[in-house]
Amino acid sequence: MLSLSHFLILGAILFAISVVGIFLNRKNLIVLLMAIELMLLSVNMNFVAFSHYLGDIAGQVFVFFILTVAAAESAIGLAILIVMFRNMRTIHVDDLDSLKG
Amino acid sequence: MNFVVPDFYPAAAEIFVAVMALVIMLASTFARSVARNLAYLLTQATLIAAAFITIFTMEGEVVHTFSNLFISDLLGDVLKLMIYFSTAIALLYGRGYLADRKIDKPEYYLLALLMTLGMMVMVTANHMLPMYIGLEMMSLALYTMVAFDRDSARSTEAAMKYFVLGALASGLLLYGMSMVYGATGTLEFSGVAQALYNQTANQTVLMFGVVFLVAGICFKLGVVPFHMWVPDVYQGAPTAVTLVIATAPKLAAFAMAVRLLIWALFDIAEEWQMMLMLVAAASIVLGNLAAIAQQNIKRMLAYSGISHMGFMLLGLLAGVVEGDRHFALNAYSSAMFYAISYVIMSLASFGMLILLSRAGFEAENIDDFKGLNKRSSWYALMMLFVMFSMAGVPFFIGFFAKLSVLQAVVAAGYFWLAVLAVVMSVIGAFYYLRVVKVMYFDEPVDSSPIHAAPEVRVMLSANGLAIAALGLAPQALMSLCAFALLRSL
Repeated sequence: MLSLSHFLILGAILFAISVVGIFLNRKNLIVLLMAIELMLLSVNMNFVAFSHYLGDIAGQVFVFFILTVAAAESAIGLAILIVMFRNMRTIHVDDLDSLKG
Repeated sequence: MNFVVPDFYPAAAEIFVAVMALVIMLASTFARSVARNLAYLLTQATLIAAAFITIFTMEGEVVHTFSNLFISDLLGDVLKLMIYFSTAIALLYGRGYLADRKIDKPEYYLLALLMTLGMMVMVTANHMLPMYIGLEMMSLALYTMVAFDRDSARSTEAAMKYFVLGALASGLLLYGMSMVYGATGTLEFSGVAQALYNQTANQTVLMFGVVFLVAGICFKLGVVPFHMWVPDVYQGAPTAVTLVIATAPKLAAFAMAVRLLIWALFDIAEEWQMMLMLVAAASIVLGNLAAIAQQNIKRMLAYSGISHMGFMLLGLLAGVVEGDRHFALNAYSSAMFYAISYVIMSLASFGMLILLSRAGFEAENIDDFKGLNKRSSWYALMMLFVMFSMAGVPFFIGFFAKLSVLQAVVAAGYFWLAVLAVVMSVIGAFYYLRVVKVMYFDEPVDSSPIHAAPEVRVMLSANGLAIAALGLAPQALMSLCAFALLRSL
């Protein structure tokens, strides 16, 4: 039988993978956008698990909003990525180094 | 099945701004030839009208509507008014700058209005859901505005960094919200507070969530250790957009901190105060030390902004001492006063940068201020007011802001923190005074006269004089903050 803590641990693992993906990824910005999506989905997992466990529908409603916002967020992220590629001809994380000090 | 129609009246200003955003979008599509001026004027008119609507619908008492998703109180109304004013002034300053660079598209003003709407939703949220939606509405508009100069590699790089770190912050905040939801069984702030009061919440899950919530809030405020985006975004974004980022969103982030930490999590104040204490001390130290090394004034102001946000947190962390709550009102109103006065100073400082820039020339190094006194002694005086006020020299608004948060910290008994803050602000005075020295004692590098639209000159002068005038009579704004909080608690 799966208990609440199984879902929470899965959510925590997915969240940790996405944070590590954001910080350790030195190559491709697309992978970074994927990590951000994974992060939002791990939160959705938490919300659905808690919602079922508490018998409260509000958590599942929240999930719909997160999904919608995640779609808008990745649209803007990809748009910025395209503009960046046009200007810099690269989407490598390491090349984002002109601003520092 | 019954369907209860919610009371729309308290949300009139939000509904108005949302409708006007759609009107501006349609108008600038159909009237392409005059779209630029039309969008700008309609946006300014909307902000002014929204201010009137907010004043007329002000009730002086706490009203909930939309099944408790929305709260209308005096704190929210005061913050909303400040948000309209700072956005309107930021758009006024930035217009000429954008026109010189051929990026004053109607969409810019539309995005600014949608950002304002997002901030309004954040300020009036009484539930995790509108708080998150408002935050995203503000952030998504800001990411786009940073990338608005789309042929500039620097501006797109800044936008990418802002986007990635901002999305990470929303992720952390959401993870914290899910944990608090799991621990308390509700997403409503008053419900969370009730669950904490009855001690029905699972303490482990709750604490786990609170850590993530605080991390998310600190990201949006831009304080150490979540400050990495601030200098890069301030430097890379077009100055007009930096001006927008450095002002109104700070008020919205303050509102988010107040609603989440004080409205919802007040009963575990001592736990989050500990976290904020470390964050505030680190931001004040790092912000002031790193600013000394900067040659780029946008970057310098970014680090100074980090330390100012650290100072603002000093007010939020001094509310409850060993279960004693009677410091709370004083401490929180000093934080609110600090946030508002920072916004006023920040508007003037980036406004000066825009004033000195012109087509084909970006004023962004401290050297660009060389000999400003010889070029225009009036604007040199205004910049002197801003720098003295940010440094905390007596009888400018920044001095009273620092004084009131330090009083709150001392009243709470954290003497070491007060001493640290004072020592660091003395060190910080160095880099503000360096700008003043450069303006008055160095020879100008280029002696071209300053030209700007008359409304920008008037507004910038009024802005500089307001810093001095509010410093001579800070009592009115201080009591407004205290009164707004008192009527809302």
